[in-house]
Order: sequence, then structure tokens, then C-alpha cells
Amino acid sequence: MSLPSLNQPFVVGVVETPVGTVPQISSALTWRDHWGTIKARWGVGRMDYTIEPGIYALGNPGNESPVLVTANYKMSFDRLREALSGRNAWILVLDTDGINVWCAAGKGTFGTEELLHRLILSGLTKIVTHRELVLPQLSGPGVAAHQVKKLSGFRVHYGPIRAVDVPSYLDSGLKATPEMRVKTFTLRERIVLIPIELVAAFKAVLLILLAFFLLGGLGGPAGYWANAINYGLFASVALLTAVIAGAVLTPILLPILPGKAFSFKGFITGILAAALLLVVRHPDLTLWPGRLETLAWFFLVPACAAYLAMNFTGASTYTSLSGVKKEMRLALPLEIGAGVAGLGFWLTSRIIA
Amino acid sequence: MKRLTYLKNVVTLKLNEEKCIGCGACVEVCPQAVIGINGVNRAWIQDRDACMECGACNRNCPTEAVSVQAGVGCAAAVINTMLGREPSSCCCTLESCEGTENQGKTSCC
Repeated sequence: MSLPSLNQPFVVGVVETPVGTVPQISSALTWRDHWGTIKARWGVGRMDYTIEPGIYALGNPGNESPVLVTANYKMSFDRLREALSGRNAWILVLDTDGINVWCAAGKGTFGTEELLHRLILSGLTKIVTHRELVLPQLSGPGVAAHQVKKLSGFRVHYGPIRAVDVPSYLDSGLKATPEMRVKTFTLRERIVLIPIELVAAFKAVLLILLAFFLLGGLGGPAGYWANAINYGLFASVALLTAVIAGAVLTPILLPILPGKAFSFKGFITGILAAALLLVVRHPDLTLWPGRLETLAWFFLVPACAAYLAMNFTGASTYTSLSGVKKEMRLALPLEIGAGVAGLGFWLTSRIIA
Repeated sequence: MKRLTYLKNVVTLKLNEEKCIGCGACVEVCPQAVIGINGVNRAWIQDRDACMECGACNRNCPTEAVSVQAGVGCAAAVINTMLGREPSSCCCTLESCEGTENQGKTSCC
């Protein structure tokens, strides 16, 4: 038997049970919880945003109160408890290494085995008289409901996808409407994922920006630093624009951009970004350096944006692995080819200037 | 708003009607409403191209009537695997090759 520590910042009291003292939690989130969510969205301490697995008491549950199961990623736990304002329930937290329900289920850590293990460790059979569990629907890839029933006697009910729908699911006698069962990907849901994409892109692109800035100083027509500030700085701005096109604009405009493949959608925003950049830059197209520089940005910016947009498949809620592999077979060589060609054009434009 | 859909005719989802007992577990667990129950109380694939190959139907089918090569549609995971990176806190990878038990399973952030 193992009960979670009472010494966690979100524990507001204790509830005595036949198996011991269970930490009590509230559905009211504090500024500290909200700040934790913001940090995790920006990738700060995200891999260590965990709570102790085990059984928690939300409000004052009794032996007939429902048991809701979630992951030990603090954000998953918070979304669930904040949805259950004014209710009494047991919350069984599985050890998913601090990974959210959906990813952990895909990985298998939010799975049949861990659920059975946690049921025993928590002493749940002595805490409640019923044998029903409510799991998030998105844990389906990891949990085999029929096996849980066979091996533990607990019946798994797949609740709604979104925690906010849990109260009406409970009130309707564990019935989910068809809308509760379908994963959406609304504008709001896409926007909250942008920070983490940006952080990842910047980590990868920062050194490249510096390299372009320094390479910009080479060649003519002026001195090294004057060139770096003219050509190198513009190159850095162009690449930043490509990052914005691929990792910000593409997710926001996802439904209205043409095509199905994410890289194609990113290619479109990249072309638009390159056009905008050249309007601002208006290079001298009568001479070869200006022509080549123009060409370079029409290769580099769309290639970079398409690559970043392609990576957004992992954050999206509707792409299959077979589809992603098919998309990548065509897109990845094109992205790399266009990137290399663009770099070649740009370096040539610097050297002959 | 219309639902977003990905590439057509690529998914590995298969349904063996003869094994299906019409329990509806796959319908309940599918997050894309891919599977429905027909007039004779059997599962049928009503929206194949919406399938994201998460594997929930396969995992929860008591008679192994539904099968799919489960995996996460994540380009970064595919790239990390191609580069031979180890799964870690920062990288998603596809854990093992197709044909094994964990086919296409990802180790994801």
C-alpha cells in the first residue's frame, strides 16, 4: 500500500479512509497552479511537472463516490480537478512519468499494467464499495478495458475527451454525447501549442541565425561589418520570418490553408513570407547579386517554413503515422534540396557582390 | 467548422466483420468517429480517412476484430528515429521497427 505524500503544495487537507490518510485536494486552482501551466506551455520545467501517483480525495468523497483516473502530469491533473468544482470524487493518478494522458497512452505508460498496479497500491477496493472507474477517452490506446475487468473486477468507463465535459458525463449516468467523443483542433487549442513549437524552433535556429549574420559580412560591396549589418542582419530577419510563418502562422491558419499535407501548408505561408520580405527589401533586380539574393529567399524561407509546419504534425490531433511517413517521403527531400539550393544562391550573391 | 482531415487512403486500419461481436468498444473509444455500428449490430468503418492510427480500437477490441498499425503521426519522431537518436526528454522516437509487437510505438514528450 502506498498513499501520496500530504506534503505537496496543492494538498488542502486530509481524508481518513480504511487504508490510511489520503491527501485532499480542491478544484480551485491557485496562482501557483496557473503559473505552472504557463511555464509548461513555454517548455520551462515541463519534463519535471509531476505530482505523486496514487489516490487523492477531491472534496469529501465517500465509499460510493466516482473514481476518476488521470496521469501524473500536473497540467492533466489540474484540468481535471478544476472541471469538478463543487463535487466529491476520488482521483486515481497513474505514474506516467509526468507525461499527459494522450502521449502516455500512445507510449503505453498510461496502460493496462500501470492501472492494475496502481489499483492494488492505492487500496481502492477498501476505499470504495463499487467497481467502476472513469478513464479519459484518450487513454484508450494504452488501456484494454476488457482486460482490466477480467484481471481486477473493475469496469472501465471511457469518459469524455475534455475534462470540462466530465460533470455532464457524470450527471447523465456515464453517457457521453457524440460531440464529447470527438477530438477537436480548434483555433484556441492550436494557439496554446505555439509557444512550445517556437521554443523548439528557436533552440535549433539560433546558431544558424548567428552564422548567417557573420557570413553576411563576406564579399562586397562595403566593409565586413557594414555588409554583416546589411546582408547578414536581413538574412537573420528572413529566417525569423520563416520561423514565424512555419511555427505560428501555419498552426493558426491550418484549416484555411490549401492542401492536406502540413509541409504544403507551410510552403504556402513561406512563399507569402518571402514575398513580403522582398517587398520590404526591394533588391536591385537589374544586377545578379540582387537577383540571386531574391532567389535565395524564395528557396530558403518556404523550405524552412515547410519543415517547421511538417513538425507540427506531432502536435496536431488528426495525423496518422502512415500519413506522416507518406508526406515526409516527398516533403523532406524537397525541403532539404530547397534549403541547400537557397544557401548556395545566397552565398553566391554575397561572393559576387 | 468542418473537421480537419489528413491525407487520403493511407491508414492501416482493418476490420474483420466475422470476428466482430458488435460490442461497440471501438466506437466508444475512437476519438475521430471512424467506426460506427450498422443495422445488423456490427462495426463498420464509416470514415476511414479520419483515422489517426492511435490504436485505441485495436487495444479495446475483445475479439481482435479491429487491427491497425498503431503509432503517433509525428514528423519529429520519424526524423529522430532516422537519425538514430535515443528517446530522451527532448526527442520523440519511434521505438521499434514494424513487424514487432510495439510496431510504430512512439516514445514521445
